[in-house]
Amino acid sequence: MPVTLVLFWTFAAIAVGSALLCITRRSAVASALWLVVTLFQIAALFVLLDAQFLAVLQVLVYAGAIMVLFLFVIMLLNLGRATASDIKGPTGLAIATLLAGVMGLQLFVLARAAPPADLALPAGGLEAAQRAQGMVAMVARPLFDTYLVPFEITSVLLLAAIVGAVVLAKRHL
Amino acid sequence: MLLGPSLFVSAVLFTLGVAGVLLRRNAIVIFMCVELMLNAVNLTFIALAQTLGVAGQIFVFFVMAVAAAEAAVGLAIILAIYRHRATLNLERINLLKG
Repeated sequence: MPVTLVLFWTFAAIAVGSALLCITRRSAVASALWLVVTLFQIAALFVLLDAQFLAVLQVLVYAGAIMVLFLFVIMLLNLGRATASDIKGPTGLAIATLLAGVMGLQLFVLARAAPPADLALPAGGLEAAQRAQGMVAMVARPLFDTYLVPFEITSVLLLAAIVGAVVLAKRHL
Repeated sequence: MLLGPSLFVSAVLFTLGVAGVLLRRNAIVIFMCVELMLNAVNLTFIALAQTLGVAGQIFVFFVMAVAAAEAAVGLAIILAIYRHRATLNLERINLLKG
């Protein structure tokens, strides 16, 4: 087995295991910390899939900014203590397993579908583009060229989110 | 090629996120499970970008921006709910239930 595949399955196993712990820990803080572990493993998978720049963004934005925001709110609301009512009982567990199982089955069938061959790049095409343009430029050039309008709309979206968050967090809503 | 294994792992992670949303009662933990689902989708995008071109990676960039905006607004809503009801148990926040 090539070393990439060994690394891939190691990171994937840790990601799935800590995601499982994330949804089963009663304490919200423990859940958040296991989710951080999952996000780091996904960043490692990004590196293996030739997306080094997005792996860095994943660590900075997700594991850094967003999860710190979550932990901050948990701390602000004093939710650190685990409560018995946080996870649903046997009926809820059965329903969740059933629905998620059906969903998972559909996804596994979808995952077996191969992308159409005539759309595919030549083998190693992304790696070649990376070598020719550099890791960041490969993502940045289309972002500021083909996808410039969506990029600008994203900035408006972020501004709207900031204003919305400030209004919602005011003491008297 | 890592495409098949990546799609498999991302399906497993997405399923775990769905199970978490259905299993938990705490609004913040449910919100974290939604983030887990977003990450599973990002993994799919990046796995397919390896064979179909760099556009998939740019979509992941946009997904991350939307997720950051969503986290800010969502957590502000959670704070407002907690201030009004003094609980985050979603079974007790049932104003719209008939």
